[in-house]
Amino acid sequence: MRIWIMAGVTFREAARKRILWMALAAGAAFLALFATALHFQVEAFQHALVSSLVRKEVLNNMLMTGLYAADLLTVVMTILLSVDTLSGEIASGTIQAVATKPVHRWELLAGKWLGFSLMLTMYMAFMVLGLNAITYGIGGIVAPHLHYGFGLIWLESMLLLSVTLFFGTTFSTLTNGVLALGLHGLAFLGGWIEQVGALTKTPKAVNLGIIASLLIPSEALWRRASFEMQSPLAGALRLNPFSAVSVPSPLMVGYAALYTLAFLALAFWRLQRRDL
Amino acid sequence: MPVLAISTQNLRKVFGDKIAVRGLTLDVCRGEVFGFLGPNGAGKSTSLKMLLGLATPTGGYAEVLGRPIGHTDIRSKVGFLPEHFRFYEWMTAWELLHFHGRLYGMAASRLRQRVPEMLDTVGLTPHQNKQLRHFSKGMLQRIGLAQALINEPEVLFLDEPTSGLDPVGRRLVRDLIKLQRERGATVFLNSHLLGEVELICDRVAFIKAGEVIELREMSSFEEERTLVTAQVRNVCENTVAGLSTWAKEITFQGETLRMRLHSAAMAPLALRHLVHCGAEVFEFTPSRLSLEDRFMEILGRDEGQ
Repeated sequence: MRIWIMAGVTFREAARKRILWMALAAGAAFLALFATALHFQVEAFQHALVSSLVRKEVLNNMLMTGLYAADLLTVVMTILLSVDTLSGEIASGTIQAVATKPVHRWELLAGKWLGFSLMLTMYMAFMVLGLNAITYGIGGIVAPHLHYGFGLIWLESMLLLSVTLFFGTTFSTLTNGVLALGLHGLAFLGGWIEQVGALTKTPKAVNLGIIASLLIPSEALWRRASFEMQSPLAGALRLNPFSAVSVPSPLMVGYAALYTLAFLALAFWRLQRRDL
Repeated sequence: MPVLAISTQNLRKVFGDKIAVRGLTLDVCRGEVFGFLGPNGAGKSTSLKMLLGLATPTGGYAEVLGRPIGHTDIRSKVGFLPEHFRFYEWMTAWELLHFHGRLYGMAASRLRQRVPEMLDTVGLTPHQNKQLRHFSKGMLQRIGLAQALINEPEVLFLDEPTSGLDPVGRRLVRDLIKLQRERGATVFLNSHLLGEVELICDRVAFIKAGEVIELREMSSFEEERTLVTAQVRNVCENTVAGLSTWAKEITFQGETLRMRLHSAAMAPLALRHLVHCGAEVFEFTPSRLSLEDRFMEILGRDEGQ
């Protein structure tokens, strides 16, 4: 019950501070730009003799570009939304009046996690499903395995949310943001090292990339999602920059899920033990 | 045997190599207004945090309402106003009280009655739909008090409740504290404003370096009417020197004689000495030590900043 009170307050705070509405407005501008570009592309196809296979591949490539940008925006949104929630309230003392109520600290954290996850799910649904709806409406295609791809992007966001909340129990807002973004940057670079290593058949580079993914598997989830959502032909021929040459395994996805739960548990444990 | 609201035994808190609370031992009875006094850095806020379950003690033991501190169930009977009351500034006054009431587990029907009641009590009804970001410091302190009282707590912890308040606000806080005492609640008051403490507390504890230095009933100050101011004429040096049998810190300027008696019972003896030596006594007024005087005496002028 008290988890839902905290979740509601977290959600209302983002709405009242206009964070959510601004994010959706920026997302709408993003979708409008994508729709315009896609419209021009489809219009160009009508004036040229292009096979349906090439047409489909180009449209899927455009969709993947849109999804790649949406994934990056989701990562940034996740960290920005949650970076101040615990560290800021602890530093300002705001949490004191709440934590002295008959509410367990894990309920406070779980409520915040739930509120943010609900908000981020809405945002992701708007962006990812919006991109696919536009591509379907204008070009007649949607990403293959969309539900699985969406689930993986969602897990990536929840993983970063849990990591940011954990750091928020220990570090200041700024340190928390630097750490979370820095770690994701590490995973991002590691992902590309793994891709290039696979292309050039350099096992040491591939292993280095995998180690980076083990440190924080957020980028690996996107690479798996892009692998699932790209067209099979693009994947086989490596026609676009999102075709994962070295595809993170289902085992890595399972590891990422456990990683998310572990960081959430660590955040509960740390908040329970620390002085406020 | 009085029923205890708060009881601590050698409560201790250490941060690294710094001892914040050395060993706090005190009992606070149910229904009393208890003043917790000490200079900055004496460990008052840390002690308060431990009693409220916000900080984990390094050692010792403490109970609130007969249960170990930090117990979640107890918190439904406790109210707390933090020193620097900060809250979700995007909320309105009404939303804030409603939110706190819900955290206390209060029913919606009860909150519909209680929220307007508390807004009225702290004089914020006209501002109930205003966001807290637009509140002045004094208004924030009032709404902070209202959230601490929304559940009609059995124990109320107030950390500097009059900070930032104008005289009207301070009067309101005093009246609210008296109301809590009348309905049988215990008030644990941490304040630097000794004049306020003097007016409302039943007992006070002086804290220094995380230990209770002295525990006093406020009524005991009345018994210590040891400060004497006298208006006298025809007094020679020998007469003044002779007063040292019954008093110390004797000063004589113009016609004003001031001294501190060794005990209140010495007053007639000192007066008799003056008269016997031929002094003309126009006024002889024993007065009690103020709480501030006692504070400075116990805790030291250099630390009582």
